[in-house]
Amino acid sequence: MSAAAPFAGGAVALAAAIRRGEESARRVAEVVLEEIAGADDLLHCFNAVTSEEALRAADAVDVAVAAGRDPGPLCGVPVALKDNLCTRGVPTTCSSRILEGWRPPYDATVVSRLRKAGAVIVGKTNLDEFAMGSSTENSANGPTRNPWDTSRVPGGSSGGSAAAVAAGLVPLALGSDTGGSIRQPASLCGVVGLKPTYGLVSRYGLVAFASSLDQIGPFALRVEDAAALLEVIAGHDPADSTSLAGEVPPLAPEVGRSPAGLRVGVVADFLVDASPACADAVRRGADALVAAGAAVEDVAIPELLHGLSAYYLIAPAEASSNLARYDGVRYGLRVDADDVATMNARTRSKGFGAEVKRRIMLGTYVLSAGYYDAYYAQAQRVRTLIMDAFRRAYERFDVLLAPTSPSVAFPIGAKSDPLEMYLSDLFTIPSNLAGHPAVSVPFALGEENLPVGVQVLAPALGEPAMLRVAGALERAAAPDARGPVRPHGAGAGR
Amino acid sequence: MSAPYRIAGATGEWEIVVGLEVHCELSTATKLFCSCANRFGAEPNTNVCPVCLGLPGSLPVLNRHAVELAMAIGTALGCEIRPSVFHRKNYFYPDMPKDYQVTQYDEPINVAGALELADHARVGIVRAHLEEDTGKTTHVGGDGRIHGADYALVDYNRAGVPLVEIVSAPDITSPEQARAYVAELRAVLVATGASDGRMEEGSLRVDANVSVRRVGDPSYGTRCEVKNLNSLRSLGRAIEHEAHRQVAVLEDGGLVAQETRHWNETTGRTTSMRSKEEAFDYRYFPEPDLVRLAPGREWIAAVAAGLKMLPAARRARLAALVGEDAPAALEQIATALDLGLDDLVVAAAGLGAPARLALARAANEAAQDPASARALAPEAFAEVLHLESSGALSATQAKAVLAEMLAGKGSPRAIAQRLGFEGLSAEELDTVVAGVIGEHPAEWERYAAGDDKVAQFLLGQVMRRTKGRANGKLVAEALQRRRA
Amino acid sequence: MPDALSHDEVAHVARLARLELEDAELETYRQQLSHVLEHVEAVRRLDTAALAPTSHPFALENVLRPDTVAPGVARDEVLAAAPAAEDGRFRVPRILGEAP
Ligand SMILES: [Mg+2]
Ligand SMILES: [Zn+2]
Repeated sequence: MSAAAPFAGGAVALAAAIRRGEESARRVAEVVLEEIAGADDLLHCFNAVTSEEALRAADAVDVAVAAGRDPGPLCGVPVALKDNLCTRGVPTTCSSRILEGWRPPYDATVVSRLRKAGAVIVGKTNLDEFAMGSSTENSANGPTRNPWDTSRVPGGSSGGSAAAVAAGLVPLALGSDTGGSIRQPASLCGVVGLKPTYGLVSRYGLVAFASSLDQIGPFALRVEDAAALLEVIAGHDPADSTSLAGEVPPLAPEVGRSPAGLRVGVVADFLVDASPACADAVRRGADALVAAGAAVEDVAIPELLHGLSAYYLIAPAEASSNLARYDGVRYGLRVDADDVATMNARTRSKGFGAEVKRRIMLGTYVLSAGYYDAYYAQAQRVRTLIMDAFRRAYERFDVLLAPTSPSVAFPIGAKSDPLEMYLSDLFTIPSNLAGHPAVSVPFALGEENLPVGVQVLAPALGEPAMLRVAGALERAAAPDARGPVRPHGAGAGR
Repeated sequence: MSAPYRIAGATGEWEIVVGLEVHCELSTATKLFCSCANRFGAEPNTNVCPVCLGLPGSLPVLNRHAVELAMAIGTALGCEIRPSVFHRKNYFYPDMPKDYQVTQYDEPINVAGALELADHARVGIVRAHLEEDTGKTTHVGGDGRIHGADYALVDYNRAGVPLVEIVSAPDITSPEQARAYVAELRAVLVATGASDGRMEEGSLRVDANVSVRRVGDPSYGTRCEVKNLNSLRSLGRAIEHEAHRQVAVLEDGGLVAQETRHWNETTGRTTSMRSKEEAFDYRYFPEPDLVRLAPGREWIAAVAAGLKMLPAARRARLAALVGEDAPAALEQIATALDLGLDDLVVAAAGLGAPARLALARAANEAAQDPASARALAPEAFAEVLHLESSGALSATQAKAVLAEMLAGKGSPRAIAQRLGFEGLSAEELDTVVAGVIGEHPAEWERYAAGDDKVAQFLLGQVMRRTKGRANGKLVAEALQRRRA
Repeated sequence: MPDALSHDEVAHVARLARLELEDAELETYRQQLSHVLEHVEAVRRLDTAALAPTSHPFALENVLRPDTVAPGVARDEVLAAAPAAEDGRFRVPRILGEAP
């Protein structure tokens, strides 16, 4: 995006400018749509760009401002949505052939809240099919490219949202995080990505992958913007039984507060399995926090390393059931056959990609008679083990520091072995199993001059302390470690 | 107690063991997990929403009233109400929008109760759990049955309607007892307000687990589950047929296969439903979109306090009033309970009316118009009973008066007066009787000498003089008194 | 548990999951799933006897809604999304077995 980018100063500043009438929501929307049109053939962040709806929403914001009304905290700010969030009348495909052309008759709760907050929704972003993946390569629409190096993946599964923010196409985007699907692409794309406490943000209208792990969260270039977006989407929703009751405290103000006095534990177990640059970023982040007055200490939580295995039993099990409904009867793809069972099977075989089928198979297997106790029930007990280990750690620390991803962005096609790909989520999965919040903050440039994020983990509803530490990391980060970045190929430099 | 039910086989006598699973649709305004109307008979697919259509992204939220009705059923059946967890039961079927059913599995809300039948037999209740109903499939082409159909059409109005599945212990020992169990259970469900009890609309659906064993054998035989029992009649017939079929198989040296069988009302037979290749493995696991349900003491107590009197207690109340010795009384008690006239009988008895007479008039005459009878003031009912028992009205007259009362034609005395049934006091009667004796001395002589046949003549004269206003019984008594 | 899964087991799982897979696909999945199961073997062997299973991150209880009717989705809109509809209902090919 050009230097005259309307949101160079961030999303919160942009909303304020539009609210004051110094900037027009229409102009911002037009610039964004133009930028997307210019960049997305190469990057393929978007499954759909909703130009008309966006311009209409922007005009409504301008009319409201002109009439002296406040359209809300995200007044005129363009937002992209991961294409597994239901949008009324707008195709919601989960990057799957099985949902091709499906237009939900309703908005997800987060989408309604965005509209009410004055945001301008500009489109639906690419993802690994049904959010199953860590590279956004498993999309029926083809892969999204990382703007830092277009031969590489943006991470996943929310790769489209992460890359769109990294490339400066939109100031804000929403993703979903089941095992790291917001934080890992945020790290690989040099943007902020936050997974809230489970239940803080309503899942109503998020197409389910693994219900007990899924959580919607924000992407932004700045921690403050991510916090502002979280404030808008967080809060109790009676349509989601797992939604937490109670008021959400103001979060954005935490970002600027000093972390002095906070106790920070560095998860030493994770540094071993991270690339040198990824481990080093954590060490340097820890130093910066010490300099800012926090008390930092290494902590061993070896139980967290069991998270990956537990996750790859629990998540596919829930997914196998959540994805049963794609049967060719009520919506989406149908491959016809002479009887209904054959129709179901042919539809699903054609409609689902290889990774989705693999996880459905795995999940069906671990739930099946004779294996439930050995696999699923055992994984749930390991989940308890991990939660207990976290609880002990949080008796001594306010937050934990860890790498987000074991590596920088890897080349498209580099990881053909599913298990190798699953290892991308080793450091992010424990927070999902425990239902805890975690955020990835762009901090340094690592191997191949690619961005590296540092992850801040907190106990349930520990977002305020987590954001204080994230803000401090952001202030200490290498300035060239985060977007926006003009899309370019390998070795071309910034 | 009737003789035990036995099947006489070629090789000896067999007894049957039956357990019943009753699915009861709850009378809520909305479905179990969404706010769509729970209404029978609407146009197809008009009571649907993202949740009950299983649309991507939709989530369930539990209906408080459905939970309370389930608790009411549990309380009525003497169950322990426990913390419970919803599970997903996974299998593919087009009438199930999510291709899993949300149901309670190993932690149901109600466990370990019992139902006492009218004859005081006790049938154990293993569990009564909450679950969602499926949609409705219509098979098109062929003969409209599943086999030979060309295609099928699905309506999801019923999908997500709340059900309580009540599972009995295998305590039922005859087709007749199975029917009595369902009849009693139905009455209990209606009394709790949980169900409208309409079997013909599918509000109550019964599956029977049937097995047979040689008389005296303590072990259980292999059971078959018989489905599609749409009335008490088909329930009895199907159990009888299925038990005989199993006896025939076993006596032939064969083995009963554990399977689900379909009752065909027209042929009067059960047939196997399952094609062999389809293996079922429901892969139950806790429903992650719902949280635990754990009713506290106070909530359980509040639901119990809101319960109306149950059929067994109402039956006991009537039995205590009139006694259970006579078969006629038992039948009248059943009728009065069935029509909801027991409150009237009890109230009239409380106002001093003879209980037995009150029950008889309720179960026979008032039963002709139960709605009006239920609206009758107990004082008025007690009064007409009193007029009859005191002899002021004959039985025939009292019935006529009661019929007018049910038609809303006024108070018993006013009706009696209008019909000319009243106004003959004991003194008047005595005067008339004296007059008749004076006019017919020869007949009186014969009667006084013991010729009872003349009584009819004298009675007729009294009736003629009083234009039928006299009570025959009282005239007879008056004549008798004078003879003595 | 090396080569944990047999071909028949994978075929059975595919049937349960309503997936129609060719033999070559089944073999690929057999190997990949076996590989994943090998990886989780260490976790399978953990002594967790003293731990209760967690199926939900937070122990919420009794989340209920009032029994009040709210409008749903119009039938036309619902059926417009269906691959086939007839007579106000969803049309599907013939069903061979009864619901279990
Ligand atoms: Mg059931
Ligand atoms: Zn509904």
